[in-house]
Amino acid sequence: MQMKKLLQSLAVALPMLTLAACSSTTDSDAMTGTDGSYQNGGVQTGGAGGALSAEEQMRQQYEALRRENVIFFEFDQDEVTGHYAQVLEAHANFLRSNPSVSILVEGHADERGTPEYNIALGERRAKAVTSYLQSLGVSGAQLAIVSYGEEKPVDTSHTESAFSQNRRAVLVY
Amino acid sequence: MTKRWIWLWLPLLLLTTRAQAALEIVITGGIDSARPVAVVPFKWTGGGAVPQDLAEVIGNDLRNSGMFRPMDRNRLPQQVAVASELNATLWGPHQVEAVLVGSIEPAGGNQYRISFELADVLGRNGAQLLESRSATVPAAQLRQYAHRIADIAFEKLTGIKGAFLTRIAYVNVQHGAQFPFQLMIADYDGFNEQVLLRSREPLMSPAWSPDGRKLAYVSFENKKAEIVVQDIYSQQRQVVSSQPGINGAPQWSPDGSKLALVLSRDGQPEVYVLNLASKQLSRVTNHRAIDTEPTWSADGKAIYFVSERGGRPQVYRVDLSSGDTRRVTFQGDTNLGPRTTGDGNSLILVSRSQGQYRIARQDLDGGQLQVLTETQLDESPSPAPNGTMIIYSTTYQGRQVLSLVSMDGRFKARLPARSGDVRAPAWSPYLN
Repeated sequence: MQMKKLLQSLAVALPMLTLAACSSTTDSDAMTGTDGSYQNGGVQTGGAGGALSAEEQMRQQYEALRRENVIFFEFDQDEVTGHYAQVLEAHANFLRSNPSVSILVEGHADERGTPEYNIALGERRAKAVTSYLQSLGVSGAQLAIVSYGEEKPVDTSHTESAFSQNRRAVLVY
Repeated sequence: MTKRWIWLWLPLLLLTTRAQAALEIVITGGIDSARPVAVVPFKWTGGGAVPQDLAEVIGNDLRNSGMFRPMDRNRLPQQVAVASELNATLWGPHQVEAVLVGSIEPAGGNQYRISFELADVLGRNGAQLLESRSATVPAAQLRQYAHRIADIAFEKLTGIKGAFLTRIAYVNVQHGAQFPFQLMIADYDGFNEQVLLRSREPLMSPAWSPDGRKLAYVSFENKKAEIVVQDIYSQQRQVVSSQPGINGAPQWSPDGSKLALVLSRDGQPEVYVLNLASKQLSRVTNHRAIDTEPTWSADGKAIYFVSERGGRPQVYRVDLSSGDTRRVTFQGDTNLGPRTTGDGNSLILVSRSQGQYRIARQDLDGGQLQVLTETQLDESPSPAPNGTMIIYSTTYQGRQVLSLVSMDGRFKARLPARSGDVRAPAWSPYLN
């Protein structure tokens, strides 16, 4: 029974992830070749073939969710834009189907403003993501948050493009 | 409410590695307006090289205050060791306000006898003695004694207690290192740098206890924000706040008995006061907007904090007995990171205007906001205990560095680090 639900959620989640990967502005170069074909075929094959064991499918699903786990924000904003609807729906489907799995949502800010204010801003972003997931039916018990403010930038080059990469929430499984 | 009060003893993380002068001060502006003085190289009567160039340390201190401009050594008209040998006629053309002379001689047992005199050479009746002292100093404390001499001279010439025998705490981030986050302390001029703590996870917001013995700071070593108090001498560590959500922005009350801090356990970030002896926690703010960055008024009866209750972040003041809250900053798009000066007369801020984050000062008697810096992405200002200078973090050539600015904004200097980002500076209280 549990296995059936897992497979159902997989069938929903995987195409969404593939779409999300395709439309993502940050990862699109990495995910598609010059002819637009998918470089990362493992996800597609596993979902479509159904030849893999349930454990293997879940593992692949985990990996796919781990790859598409960053939500970016505008300057000084904590609104989750519609751009991330599919990504978050995939995460929500997986979490609903696997109530024993819990995630940590990290909130981050760029370095503009003060470190202490940015801790507050990072927490607001993390909460925006957990609220979104809860609105899709994920249990609050599966969701924890931590704000790192501006303390853990992914890009330390202190440029505008670095700032936009650093304003993010990360879903950590 | 249960609170965990845990004494930690983590010898592997607590280090006292010494590094030499990771911070070297580069003057970036404002020296022309300073008052000319002279610090004559101290006469060395022992064999071999002099163990410490005391005059260099003293001269740099006076220069770093932004108030004085020591003469170049090679332009000194006289190099003598006692004020009675100063020839006012020779010094007259240089228009120096005061001359400091002295001597250092071996005193046995790895100690030295240091004598110094400060004299006014502008008077008509020759050099007039302002100060004359001597002391026996262990070799390891020669540099500190030079700061002491500078403190004495500074107070004699300005009437303001010197703050050269003070320290700074800050966080050094070595991206990619095994322990990227390091809590450091150093003399205010960057010498005698020591690592207090290395961590794989972020360290934030170091704050000195008023007695200069302890630091409160935020550590993510357990993958969540916790406030730790660490004795910098015994190295003992105590987790004083580990609530769900944010535990941040600790600031000691002026009497050292309490910490103002920020918790988000009830939803939004709010300012609380933690009594360190009774462990009693009292909530100070209650608003659905972000309230953060508390700092105590000089008398400990009020707390200044940043709130978004008016839309954009601005500084507010709450009276701790009445709860009366009012906004105190109105200029600039946003104002963040307030710190009160020791005299209680001014707020130091990070002010954003036209997209630029700059250090600013606002007098608390309703004065104008004065922007002091021209650097990029300024944050974490911390005033010296005598209120003459501010240390802050800024971005220069792609890295975070510490900078100094005088309280009037005229003198500016940069303290570059050898590697990594340097952030979250906190200036110690007086240590003597």
